[in-house]
Amino acid sequence: MLLVPLMFAITLFAFFLLKALPGDPVLGLVGERADPETMESMRRELGTDKGFVGQYAGYLKLLLKGDLGRSYYTNRDVLADISRKFPNTMLLAFAAMLVTVPLGTGLGFLSAVSAGGRSRFLERLIDTLSISGLSIPVFWSAIIIMMLFSLKLKLLPPSGTGGIRFLVLPAAVLAIPAAATLARVTKTTVLEILRMPYVTTARSKGLSALRVQLVHVLRNAVIPIVTIIGLDFGSYLNGAVVTETIFGWDGIGKFTMEGIIKRDYPVIMGCIITGTLVFVVVNLITDVIYHYLDPRIRLNVKKG
Amino acid sequence: MSRRGKLSIIIVAGFLTISLLAPVLPLEDPYRIDLDSIKRPPGLEHPFGTDNKGRDILARVVYGGKISIGVAVTAAFISALIGFGVGLVSGYYGGVFDSVVMTVVDFFLSFPSLLLAIAISIVLPPGIYTVMIALSAVGWTSFARLIRGHVLTVKEMPFVDAARTTGCSDFRILLRHIAPLCIPLALVLMGIKLGGYILTEATLSFLGLGAQPPTPTWGYMVSANRAYILSAPWMVLYPGLAISITAFCFNVLGEALRERYDFSSDIH
Repeated sequence: MLLVPLMFAITLFAFFLLKALPGDPVLGLVGERADPETMESMRRELGTDKGFVGQYAGYLKLLLKGDLGRSYYTNRDVLADISRKFPNTMLLAFAAMLVTVPLGTGLGFLSAVSAGGRSRFLERLIDTLSISGLSIPVFWSAIIIMMLFSLKLKLLPPSGTGGIRFLVLPAAVLAIPAAATLARVTKTTVLEILRMPYVTTARSKGLSALRVQLVHVLRNAVIPIVTIIGLDFGSYLNGAVVTETIFGWDGIGKFTMEGIIKRDYPVIMGCIITGTLVFVVVNLITDVIYHYLDPRIRLNVKKG
Repeated sequence: MSRRGKLSIIIVAGFLTISLLAPVLPLEDPYRIDLDSIKRPPGLEHPFGTDNKGRDILARVVYGGKISIGVAVTAAFISALIGFGVGLVSGYYGGVFDSVVMTVVDFFLSFPSLLLAIAISIVLPPGIYTVMIALSAVGWTSFARLIRGHVLTVKEMPFVDAARTTGCSDFRILLRHIAPLCIPLALVLMGIKLGGYILTEATLSFLGLGAQPPTPTWGYMVSANRAYILSAPWMVLYPGLAISITAFCFNVLGEALRERYDFSSDIH
């Protein structure tokens, strides 16, 4: 539902951006000494005489056809480049998720469970770790990790795109802040569930602590956690810009960054539009999973 | 407030004081290039070492702190101000304006904020004001949402009715009767969000979209010096540590505020 206005807003923004740039494309094409008639016919041909709304409509039409324009520097089709790099970014994001989900939920769960215990050492330790994970800038941890593991210890290649050996370091860097966020959310969720009456009931009927935690608490925590994992997907896109650039991973993030440095506007806009699309689609998937996981919502859907 | 919260306030205040007092402290000139002492490791003369142009890293980190913390705090303040205004009007009047504003807010809150900040930063010429604008444009939404929610409950209170009976205008009710009750809330949220502002500012500077060289900012120092990570790791280590420690303290402070004022965790 949000998809249409969202894409509309982003394309409008993209269009404003392209319009805000100095320079007249017609003048650039025909040269400074062209006569007014040639320029006039050129304007008609390119559609720059149609005014803002007309031009925007034309731009939308091109976008709908999948035409994102050509790079100012390489003159390559932006859409073709993006579709080639896109799988790499997704691979990196999923590799990061593979680390994030067990690490984040595990630590968050441990922290919440030990919050009620005698020694709160574990809780404090995990909380400090998760706040640190949120506080260390990705670009810095990427450089430090690269120095340690590839340049000093020579365990893994420092940069490049390829198999699992190239994937480990960038995925780990990307996973740090994501796991920290997830750990905090998991902790709050689990703490809330621990206060629920049904947990007390489960305890009072003599179930072991482990069984209560795994069956009664963890299962109910899954729903909000899945939502957060989906909603937090944006942070992978954020992180990918920096991480991919530093590790030379040939994905959308690095492409965005190159576009920014060279002020290659078609590339930047193409990447931002792709990012928005990914984000919208992931939110949609999260919604679907959420409905599937929560029987109450599923029932409502069937009824209504 | 928790002990950790208090401690983090003291550390951050210390950082800020040192940065602001930088011109009168016995520091080297952060801009002075000294080709006779390039890439000196940390020692007595240069506690944090020198960079590839012989500039004192400690001085650059301290001066950079003024910009990095200053930009982040200013941007947080502007965000709070915009969000406060929008939230007040949106919550008080409701209706179409409210629905439109809240749709926009939802969009901003869920969109990858760094991409948005980057998009804004490339339209405007790079510099600290651009960073402030980008951070504020991304950040005002959570304030708007929070204040709006609070206004919705406050405006139903009897004293608002009383004010209206005595003939106060809408404007006066909003400004004199409702707004003062929302200010503490906005301040608390500012404290919670500051760590994030520090990091985003650092990232934009790292990407070259912030204050331009030779002005020292923490993010740009890491970016410019990363080629020397093997031969002179201190050039990257100290600015990065400065960002991490500052963001950590702000985040601990935010956590303490969250617990103290019982903020739910879903305010991103």
